[in-house]
Amino acid sequence: MNLISLFVASILTQNIILTKFLGICPFMGTSSKEKNALGMGIAVSFVVTLSSIITYLINYYILIPSDSGYLKTIVFILTIASLVQIVEIIIKRYSKTLYKELGIYLPLITTNCAVLGITLLNINNGYSFIEMLVFSVGSSIGFTLVIYLFSTIREYIQTKNVPVSFRGYPIAFITASIMALVFSRYIGG
Amino acid sequence: MKRILNGIIKENPTFVLLLGLCPALAVTTKFETAYMMGICVLVIVTLSNLIISIIKNLVSDTVRIPTYILIIGSLVTVIEILLERYVPKLYSALGIYLPLIVVNCIVLGRALSVASKESVKNSFLDGIGIGLGFSLALMLISFIREVLGTGMISLIDSISGIVGFKLVLRVLPNTSLFPNSIFVSPAGAFLTLGFLIALFNYLKSRKVGEEK
Repeated sequence: MNLISLFVASILTQNIILTKFLGICPFMGTSSKEKNALGMGIAVSFVVTLSSIITYLINYYILIPSDSGYLKTIVFILTIASLVQIVEIIIKRYSKTLYKELGIYLPLITTNCAVLGITLLNINNGYSFIEMLVFSVGSSIGFTLVIYLFSTIREYIQTKNVPVSFRGYPIAFITASIMALVFSRYIGG
Repeated sequence: MKRILNGIIKENPTFVLLLGLCPALAVTTKFETAYMMGICVLVIVTLSNLIISIIKNLVSDTVRIPTYILIIGSLVTVIEILLERYVPKLYSALGIYLPLIVVNCIVLGRALSVASKESVKNSFLDGIGIGLGFSLALMLISFIREVLGTGMISLIDSISGIVGFKLVLRVLPNTSLFPNSIFVSPAGAFLTLGFLIALFNYLKSRKVGEEK
C-alpha cells in the first residue's frame, strides 16, 4: 500500500478507536475533560510508537528465528509493561513538569488495548519497517485527534439537559456513534 | 448460585461495570462470533480466578500485577494455540481480539478485586458468573446488531458448524428501512451499546424508585 494513503487511512478511515474499537476504556474514562484527553493522547502516542519499534524488532530478530512466534502475546505485553515503567522513571528523573502532566496516565497505558493492539496489527498485517512506523504514528495521531475532539463535545454535552437514563456513558456512546459515521464517510470522499 | 447471578445481573461486566468494551463492540457483528468470544472469555476468567486465588498467598504485593498478567497471558496463549490448531476459522474470525483478552479489564479487574481476596470456591464461582454475564451481554448486543443489520440470525454457521450443520434464520422481512447495514458498521456498535446501557440505567432507576 502507498505510504501516504496508509498514513491518512490510519488517522481517519481506519481510526483505531472508531473502527477497531481499541482503547475504548481511556476514550470513555479520561476524555470528559479536554486537558486530560490531550495528555492521555500524547502519552499513548509516545508509548505506542516506541513499543511498536521494539516489539517489531523483537518479533523479527528474536521470536521468528528461534521459531517461537506463539510467544508473541506474552512477550509483547511484558515488553510494553516494562517500557511503560522505564519511560515513567526517565520522565520522573529528567522532567518534573512533564511527569506532573503525564505521570498519572502512564500506569494506565499498560492495560490500554490500543498499544498491544497496534503492535499485534503491525505483525499480523505483515508491514515492512517503514510501513510499521507510518502506521503506528498515524494511529497515534488518530487516537489523539479523536479523543481530543470527543472530549470537547462531551464538555459541551455536560451543559445540556440530557434525559436521566442517557446521562454519562449512554450519551457518550451515541456521540461516538455519530463520530464513527462521520469518519467512515471519508472513504467515499 | 448468588455469586453467579451477581456476575450476570448486578455486576454485569458490560452494562454495569463497563469493562472489556473493546471485544463487546468489535466481535458483535455476528451472533456466532459473539458467543464464541463469550465462551473464550468465560474459560479464561474462570481459570485465571481459580489459579490466582490458589496462589494469592505466595505472591507479594510488589509483583502482584506483573504476575497476574503473566498468568492471564499464558492462559490466553494456550487458548490461542488450541483454537489455531482445532478451530482455525474461529481463530481468524476473532483476529487480534483473541490475544487482546490479555489486556481485557474484566479478567485483570476480577483478579485484583475478587481472586486476590476471596476463597478459592468464591473466586471460581465469580469467574463463571462474570464470564456468563459477559457472554450474555455479547449475545444480546450481537442479536440486535445482526437482526437489524442483515435481517438474519446465525445460530450455527460456518465457524461452529464443525459437523456441517448450519442454522441461519431469516428473522426480519426486507423492508425499505430494515435491514440497515449501519447496524453492522462500527457506528451501529456504539449506537446499540449506548441504547442498551441507557435501558439498563432506566430499569435500575425504576427498581430503586419502587423500593422507596
